[in-house]
Amino acid sequence: MAAPRPGKTNNEIDAPSSPVLRFGADKPLKLDAGTLLSPFQIAYQTYGTLNDARSNAILVCHALTGDQHVASTNPVTGKPGWWEALIGPGRIIDTNRFFVICSNVLGGCLGSTGPASTNPATGKPYGLDLPIITIRDMVRAQLMLVDHFGIEKLFCVLGGSMGGMQVLEWASTCPERVFSALPIATGARHSSQNIAFHEVGRQAVMADPDWHGGKYFEHGKRPEKGLAVARMAAHITYLSEAALHRKFGRNLQDRDALTFGFDADFQIESYLRHQGMTFVDRFDANSYLYMTRSMDYFDLAADHGGRLADAFAGTKTRFCLVSFTSDWLFPTEESRSIVHALNAAGASVSFVEIDTDRGHDAFLLEEPELFAAINGFIGSAARARGLSA
Amino acid sequence: MSVNRAQRVDLEVVAGLIPARSRVLDVGSGDGLLLELLQATKQVDGRGLELSQRGVNECVARGLSVIQGNADTDLEFYPDKGFDFVVLSQTLQATRNPKLVLDELLRIGNRAIVSFPNFGHWRVRLSLFVKGRMPVTKDLPYSWYDTPNIHFCTIRDFVNLVEELGATVERATALDANGQKIGLSMPWWFWNFFGQQAVFLLKR
Repeated sequence: MAAPRPGKTNNEIDAPSSPVLRFGADKPLKLDAGTLLSPFQIAYQTYGTLNDARSNAILVCHALTGDQHVASTNPVTGKPGWWEALIGPGRIIDTNRFFVICSNVLGGCLGSTGPASTNPATGKPYGLDLPIITIRDMVRAQLMLVDHFGIEKLFCVLGGSMGGMQVLEWASTCPERVFSALPIATGARHSSQNIAFHEVGRQAVMADPDWHGGKYFEHGKRPEKGLAVARMAAHITYLSEAALHRKFGRNLQDRDALTFGFDADFQIESYLRHQGMTFVDRFDANSYLYMTRSMDYFDLAADHGGRLADAFAGTKTRFCLVSFTSDWLFPTEESRSIVHALNAAGASVSFVEIDTDRGHDAFLLEEPELFAAINGFIGSAARARGLSA
Repeated sequence: MSVNRAQRVDLEVVAGLIPARSRVLDVGSGDGLLLELLQATKQVDGRGLELSQRGVNECVARGLSVIQGNADTDLEFYPDKGFDFVVLSQTLQATRNPKLVLDELLRIGNRAIVSFPNFGHWRVRLSLFVKGRMPVTKDLPYSWYDTPNIHFCTIRDFVNLVEELGATVERATALDANGQKIGLSMPWWFWNFFGQQAVFLLKR
């Protein structure tokens, strides 16, 4: 075991509180980077009961800085699961009816193998020695978890943002394993602007002297300032100008007048600083580099000769896409191009654009129209799958 | 939707033309009335394309497979003969380029079903002839300046367009003001005069 790493996530890295599936030397994972990852582990949470036919399983894919604690208290933050409004007993995704699986993605920092995990070859954290992880690699690892449960066909795979990318990858690479797919606020590729924002975040982390070329744990340090700045910049992209103005305007923070200095005079500054500070408590900086890279590399059309429709050729999966009017990270046009590709592939597809000023993060909020769409789609898919109510 | 829901007797006629378990695309699916009818009575594999986002969101919330899109611009994304039937009910007159839309319907579907309000109906003719004003009727309740219906045609006009596109009429039904079918034996001029709505089954 490596020496204890500073930070609240430490206990959740190699031996997390979540159940863990470990794959030894006999089951290596071939990564897109061209190397084998072995051994490796996947930490996950499940809710509800798998039925005898193993036909009621729903896989939830989490976003960039999400984790497997989708519907139960997060052990690091003590906060409720990030989608508890949607998933749980009696909720729209009713865990009395469905078996819900959510795993920490490969490259993450809450128990699945990632850059903070101990490299068995050195006894030290991987740091940048971990190969680059792609969205497809994450899905490959999830597939091994699904195989472990003996689930031949997932009833539904859903997720937002980076989670939505995983949903599209699932539907594309193993369509016969996915009965229905619900990608929310996502795209089939990361746009130039999105890569640009990610690069700003990565450079902020790497510019922090405490980053130490990625070997900060060995120096007993963490690049907290750099990671906080990365989070602050990213957080702006998750909101919208209208929502920021509605919430904060030009309001001053705990003061009556400008101070003519560089304190957080404005509420929005104070808010962003708080977002940055709380984030570094729960997230690993190198993991942030790997996660952002995985999204940058995602380009589903490029994987299929440049034609997105070919990524879904012959699919029988039922799709429902959701976008939000004020999402400038994954604008509606990104979803619409996926819809057109699915139309061209003759797929069954629904597409809902929701009018809200809450930006990209709307998918994580209690948005009645979002919940109504998910409810309608899941309900009709369940009838088609022969799942009783 | 450009026509009142209560007036949608044409939907029954459309549904009568579609065999069970067909693959159906409903262009201009509105509030999903036809798709729901077809799923309930014919167990079709139904999809919808609808312009209004509110209509789409309501349809999806009710479990229908519908996307937001425009008949004028979004039909090009569908593959050739991807559906057994493509339905365009009471929407043709609201499209920007009806000829192109009809051409696309015939490309996407093995058969196309088109229903539209007949602008040759005697009430319409009377309104223009006697009052000299654009007709505003129970079926067509809009004033000329706010109507979404920018390309009205008569039954005769439509039959000409179908011929021009190299398609054939397999079945045609005209409905009078009471929603009753007009007798098959009647000549076109009679339909064009007394038919308030028409439903065509086309093939190319």
